[in-house]
Amino acid sequence: MLNYDIVVVGGGPAGLAAAIEAKKNGADHIVVIDREYELGGILQQCIHNGFGLHIFKEELTGPEYAERFIDELKEMNIEYKLDTMVLHINKDKQLSVINTVDGFLKIQAKAIILAMGCRERTRGAIAIPGSRPVGVMTAGTAQRFINMEGYMVGKKVVILGSGDIGLIMARRLTLEGAKVMAVAELMPFSSGLTRNIVQCLEDYNIPLLLSHTVIDIKGKERVESVVISKVDENRKPIPGTEIEYECDTLLLSVGLIPENELSKSAGIKLAQVTGGPIVNESMETTVEGIFACGNVVHVHDLVDWVTEESKKAGKNAARFIKKEIKPSKEIVKTIPGEGISYIVPHIIRSVNLEETVDLFMRVKNVYKNAKLVVKADEEIIKEIKKNYMAPGEMEQLKIPSSLFKEKQISEISVVVIKDGE
Amino acid sequence: MYDVAIIGAGVIGTFIARELSRYKLKMVIIEKDNDVSNGTTKANSAIIHAGYDAKVGTNKGKFNVVGNTMFDQVCEALDVPFKRIGSLVIAFDEEEMKTIHSLYENGLKLGVPNMEVIDSTKVKEMEPTLNAAIVGALYAPTAGIISPYELAISLAENAIDNGAELLLNNKVDCIDKVYKGYKIHTNENVIDSRFVINCAGVYADDIYAMVDTPDFKIIPRRGQYYVLDKSAGEIVNKVIFQCPTKLGKGVLVSPTVHENVIIGPNAENLKDKEAIETTEDGLGFVKESAQKIYEDIPFNKNITTFAGLRAEPSTGDFIIEESKKAKGFINVAGIKSPGLSSSPAIADYVVEIVKDINGGLEEKKDFNPKIRKKIRFADLSDQEKTEIIKKDSRYGRIICRCETISEGEIVDAINRNAGATTVDGVKKRVRPGTGRCQGGFCGPRVMEILARELGRDMKDIVKDHKDSYILTGYTKEETEFEKVKDLVAPAIDK
Repeated sequence: MLNYDIVVVGGGPAGLAAAIEAKKNGADHIVVIDREYELGGILQQCIHNGFGLHIFKEELTGPEYAERFIDELKEMNIEYKLDTMVLHINKDKQLSVINTVDGFLKIQAKAIILAMGCRERTRGAIAIPGSRPVGVMTAGTAQRFINMEGYMVGKKVVILGSGDIGLIMARRLTLEGAKVMAVAELMPFSSGLTRNIVQCLEDYNIPLLLSHTVIDIKGKERVESVVISKVDENRKPIPGTEIEYECDTLLLSVGLIPENELSKSAGIKLAQVTGGPIVNESMETTVEGIFACGNVVHVHDLVDWVTEESKKAGKNAARFIKKEIKPSKEIVKTIPGEGISYIVPHIIRSVNLEETVDLFMRVKNVYKNAKLVVKADEEIIKEIKKNYMAPGEMEQLKIPSSLFKEKQISEISVVVIKDGE
Repeated sequence: MYDVAIIGAGVIGTFIARELSRYKLKMVIIEKDNDVSNGTTKANSAIIHAGYDAKVGTNKGKFNVVGNTMFDQVCEALDVPFKRIGSLVIAFDEEEMKTIHSLYENGLKLGVPNMEVIDSTKVKEMEPTLNAAIVGALYAPTAGIISPYELAISLAENAIDNGAELLLNNKVDCIDKVYKGYKIHTNENVIDSRFVINCAGVYADDIYAMVDTPDFKIIPRRGQYYVLDKSAGEIVNKVIFQCPTKLGKGVLVSPTVHENVIIGPNAENLKDKEAIETTEDGLGFVKESAQKIYEDIPFNKNITTFAGLRAEPSTGDFIIEESKKAKGFINVAGIKSPGLSSSPAIADYVVEIVKDINGGLEEKKDFNPKIRKKIRFADLSDQEKTEIIKKDSRYGRIICRCETISEGEIVDAINRNAGATTVDGVKKRVRPGTGRCQGGFCGPRVMEILARELGRDMKDIVKDHKDSYILTGYTKEETEFEKVKDLVAPAIDK
């Protein structure tokens, strides 16, 4: 049995930031474990720019953004194991780990930080009928083939779903010489960032078909065409609106799901909406001493916010080892109200707060000229005007911790109020 | 000249090949597709039926019950996942209970052991999640679940281990009757054989038509299915059937041997023998019908849908006989449900037919009924994991994170007889890509391993059929620089 203060599971942006911050806050014996051959996670295949605008005030590519953290991690002599898989975690913070060099290992940690990220929803998850030819692929897998391995996945492409990876891949495929016929989105709005719609679709005259979906995939060996239909307000296809697109590839960008098999093995409770662990103000899960951050908790829009959240998890894991995190029965719940799909963290224990508590959330719909209203129990404590809010973009609110000292609060809720209501 | 040519490498063809490989026979399996078990065998309910529902006096009635008893032994020898979990046929009213009782009586006549007609309390005890309106059920403890494609693959491997040959990508175009045998022309080869065994599934009538006017037709009857993620795996413990109607056994809900849940099939008679697409209507019917069994089936945990074609014979029963006109040509046709359940007994029976025609068969002394033990890394104890990685470090690298499949297992699946050469071939044998990410993460790495082990370029690795290419080329087609890069690169390094 090996012993570590902190084991960080996942060496992507979340794990890297968490490990570095834990070390800065006095944790000593840390190891980062990743299954890939290099650190950096999915950022390594995101060769487009736009990363780091908030954290570094410059536009970096994914690998460049990752490199800054990898360099810092190495300078701080934080240990890492690559090509290594965590098979199991239990609630006593023991991990079963394997790789080709060390073989099968048991590790006892004082604290664990979960940073496994997320995976893509697949064709099965959305059950598109039709034949099952080759050429139906998730956008992230295509991204890996093209950017990491140097292979093209198709010549004429339709993309279903307007998640950010799909939008980015529309541009990448175009630049690599493929023809992107259209991007179909089931919802009346895109789930991607506005800047990606402009820079990846509009700049290349790729049509974005809102309220449309793929109703049939045709082809024996390889995809030969897909049929796209308009949908009504209940997202049901409208007969008579079908258009057949001749293509050899259908890319799916239909959502991301936090990767929580290990969390389940440790008995961590997951939240219904996010699919990630329920966390408190310290990014601690329902199992004491196991923290979580980044896309394993909830899918973020920008890596910058992943970094911020993960720093918090790293710092608090270090504080946990120093016994500075206080268990407390006095908890404040965060409640997503009208128009809000979820809020992270789910629980606030005011005794552990520093100056502010950051609430991350997503809205359910596109809102123009609306406001976010924060209530402590029934009392309005904050109103923020928003010109534009969309489900594709995360909203962030800071609540001063002084609020909790002034009086007893049982819940904080956030609602969207439309202009004029 | 071969002694035996088997057309079709589904579970019937491979089972017969394996049983015949016990004898001194020169044998070849001819398969049109790029892998064994690529037709009906890979797309069905994966159930070993207890055998109570076939008519007394039919081949189905005869072979199902006997076949059922043979699975423990063959699955042990071939290391194929098989679990005898039992089945329930549920009834919602007294009318259906009558059917339950007649199934029970029929089962007794056919020799199905240990059946029970149980009441709603007992049903609830066995399956707490099921619809509360169920009034009773037929319980058949001998029913089981299996991985049918793994069975066929291991049968093929074992047959080859014992001397049989396998020709993939050989589609039979025509068959000539020649002196003391047949000349089989495929798109690739000409094969001479004394006997031909027609196990061509939905194409069995077309193959038979090459030597005689068939007295049967095979109708492709499509069935569509959902497969749910493992996290839904606990909704039922047994195979749950609805009361049979004229259209068949109806939609079932069952655990799979790999702890997923399978739901289906519907039944549609078609003309196209390649029509394995799913349809909105078909899947919709399956969903609605399954919800009668259990209202809250978590269809949001669906990981894939698929369709398969049953080889429905116009005669209504299995056709297992030597052709009356074409001597030495044996039809094993119309093997629809319970064909998989009957397959071991059918294979034995076909051996008897061959013995009969040949005037006996001589046994091989060195026949080995077992295949090399498969290592399933995820199922090993911590101690065993430690040891296997020490022996072969490739077991220490997990390629498929959903199913915890190691590189060692994938390499082994490629390097066996009847080994994998395609992405789906690897998936069928050791399951990377069958989990919730459906190959999103492991797909590229499986391709790398295939390319390395087979000595091919990544872009020549196909998904399944010969022409099912995944990659369409390099991102930057070869430039002048690419051509000279090997010459230039060392200079740049300096």
